[in-house]
Amino acid sequence: MARKLPRKDVVIIGLGWTGSIIANELCDEGLDVVALERGPWRDTATDFNIGYAPDELRYNSRQELMLRPAQTTVTARNNAGQTALPMRQYGSFHPGNGVGGAGVHWAGITWRFSPADFRLRSHYTERYGAQAIPEDMTIQDWGLTYEDMEPYYDRFEYLAGVSGKAGNLNGRMQEGGNPFEGARKREYPNPPMMQTFGPTLFAETAAKMGYKPFPIPSSLLSRTYTNPLGVTMGQCTFCGFCTNYGCANYSKASAQTTVLPVLMRKPNFELRTLCEVLKVNLDSAGRKATGVTYVDTSGDEFEQPADLVILCAFMLDNVRLMLLSGIGKPYDVRTGTGVVGRNFCYQMANQVVGFFDPAKYNFNNFIGGGATGMAIDELNNDNFDHGPLGFLGGGSTRCAPIGAEPISKRPTPPGSPTWGSGWKKAMRDSYLSNLSVGCEASSYANRGNFLDLDPTYTDRLGRPLMRITFDFPENDVKMSAYVTSKVAEIVRAMGAQQIVEYPRTGPWSTVPYQSTHVVGGTAMGADPSTSVVNPYLQSWDVPNVFTVGANVFPQNSGFNPTGTVGALAFRAADAIRGRYLKSPGPLVHA
Amino acid sequence: MTPSNAPKTGQPSVFHTSRRRFLATTAMGLVALSASGARARILFGTGLPWDSGSIEPPRQILPGPWTFFTPREGEMVEAIAERLIPADDLSVSGKDAGCAVFIDRQLSGHYGTSERLYMKGPFQPGLPTQGDQSDLTPAMKYRQGLKALDDHCRRTMGGRSFTDLSPEQKDQLLAAMEKNEVKFDGPVGAGSFFSLILQNTMEGFFADPIYGGNRDMVSWKMIGFPGTRYDYRDHVLKHNQKYTLPPVSIGGRSDWARKG
Repeated sequence: MARKLPRKDVVIIGLGWTGSIIANELCDEGLDVVALERGPWRDTATDFNIGYAPDELRYNSRQELMLRPAQTTVTARNNAGQTALPMRQYGSFHPGNGVGGAGVHWAGITWRFSPADFRLRSHYTERYGAQAIPEDMTIQDWGLTYEDMEPYYDRFEYLAGVSGKAGNLNGRMQEGGNPFEGARKREYPNPPMMQTFGPTLFAETAAKMGYKPFPIPSSLLSRTYTNPLGVTMGQCTFCGFCTNYGCANYSKASAQTTVLPVLMRKPNFELRTLCEVLKVNLDSAGRKATGVTYVDTSGDEFEQPADLVILCAFMLDNVRLMLLSGIGKPYDVRTGTGVVGRNFCYQMANQVVGFFDPAKYNFNNFIGGGATGMAIDELNNDNFDHGPLGFLGGGSTRCAPIGAEPISKRPTPPGSPTWGSGWKKAMRDSYLSNLSVGCEASSYANRGNFLDLDPTYTDRLGRPLMRITFDFPENDVKMSAYVTSKVAEIVRAMGAQQIVEYPRTGPWSTVPYQSTHVVGGTAMGADPSTSVVNPYLQSWDVPNVFTVGANVFPQNSGFNPTGTVGALAFRAADAIRGRYLKSPGPLVHA
Repeated sequence: MTPSNAPKTGQPSVFHTSRRRFLATTAMGLVALSASGARARILFGTGLPWDSGSIEPPRQILPGPWTFFTPREGEMVEAIAERLIPADDLSVSGKDAGCAVFIDRQLSGHYGTSERLYMKGPFQPGLPTQGDQSDLTPAMKYRQGLKALDDHCRRTMGGRSFTDLSPEQKDQLLAAMEKNEVKFDGPVGAGSFFSLILQNTMEGFFADPIYGGNRDMVSWKMIGFPGTRYDYRDHVLKHNQKYTLPPVSIGGRSDWARKG
């Protein structure tokens, strides 16, 4: 029997990027806020201490900071005809765990989505006609516009101290920025990062070929910066232990380095770590949340009553809590009806590796970070004419050496031995003279790809695991082949002796790491028959429940998601402060 | 908590400390005990040079008696590491770099026991896209795989064990295992066992030396990886120029050690 605790105004589930932003905003409103975090407290001095933060085995190979499958995992299959089996170890993606969430070990690449992204179905229909969208492709509009999002992107970028170069300031194009981006009201808060040799060679070559290269917008900071909350961050040192690691320099934006120093001091905020929420409790009519039930490490259950429940966990957990709590109608793949679990999408992670003459090229790839590099956007989204191509979508192309820790990052040319003296020589020759260019591409919703609860496998608490039914749709495979071939042209022109193309092809495998950019499952939108939350991130069915995360994306763009996730957190907080609290109830009437 | 009663199962436990290992690490242990009392005892059982959530500095894993392997198993893993990474003009061998010590300690820790992984049933065979669905932990795979390899050698190589083979014969057998052309008795296939031991040997060779492999940063020196320097701001704009400072590890450098 759960012990009932005193009521709070707001309970926030998960204290990562979105939870900490919203908690801070709602505390400023004077609300009594409690955050429940299933993982441990984490801070820089203890958990990413410079004395042991650069440890590839601990943090990259053994995933010390990430969610342990023993706590929760997912089951996976490629289609509804297969039996889903558990991901016994995380491979394809790496959910975070603990305070800061996946925002501790992220790469720091911080995009705004394109204006066309937010009205994707309308955009493609207008440009190519309705028949250009395959029948099973369930892409849709977000129910808001880029212009609605602009102020919130701005707030997240200034919170995180993003280092970059604007391409479009109030409609005026800026030399050296991304010429395809939507108009922004002001420059990035910090200038672009310095560039190492590899990205510089990429940018020079791409420019000669007619592309317009620009620095990747980076939440690893180019200089010391104090954000609007008064929290100061340090300059990135290009340490090369970045993606999959916590930052010991206070240079990578995360909840720890931007919000928590302020939030944790607020008297109306309380954090309970190692507390896993079991479900959101609803009233007898199922129209109002009364709070949540959670369990702590001793196994004791607690009921935390609250007026407002905000799901800010990793996207898979937000969708799962909706399903476990009975919020919204679950998606039924046979009929295509229902919404929770629908439009689960991923990211097409494509790559080209170039092997250069070791006598002439020394890229020093160990100098780098998750977001240090140069990009082009000509191959992204609908920035090129898809009319004659037979597919939709594209990806952001960038050369961004994230580091070269040698357990995982020592490619050899195809045909090299995998062990013995021959392997040693090939590996030694390639280590400093290989260079990768990636294309992180869109993933469009398909009727057959969805999330639901697994009928067989359960977590340590006996609750069903989330089941992923997913494969790469034909559209996305065609798109990947095209963009990868275009990237290969650039790498060839850069002077590589040998090129290996890795376009993403099906079937989707849970084994090799691809990207943690899983999205969708509780899409936002203007139409309750195809969305779970309205354009203010509020549940259509239970209006005192909000959810913020990549789970509200109706499909994925050819960009990393965190910039948009952070902006949505500010948008939801604004909607609660400015609208919901004045008149608690649905903010949009369907 | 009697060290000599420790079961040799590879299961994680503060009790899992062999007497041999206790003696081998006594010097290090005494330092830790004087600093933090009874808590230091836990250090010996984890197979790792650090504890999760602790701010105490990592402790160098030292060569010494095996914590997981039997002496026979240890010899075999050393012999395999010596062929996967042979000594040549580029570096010492995987054996001499400490790869077998690394694997032994890893198998004594959470990696060996799969305690952080999802190990609930039902276990059923899956598609290649669904990943490893075996109920065997890495520790169990080593125990069974090494036995299967030894049995295979004795059966097909005139009664000799793997360690008795010539370097050429070892290489031929390892190459056949890599291609999964060898039939092992038991649940661990030759191909998957080869992949596991290759992966772990490479981890040991390239990981920070605190874990017992990559002795004196031998692999980092070979390829030009500067290790844990953590600040390259002065070299970012030195395009296409060799980085000349020698590597540093979490434990520092051997030439920084106190003399005398």
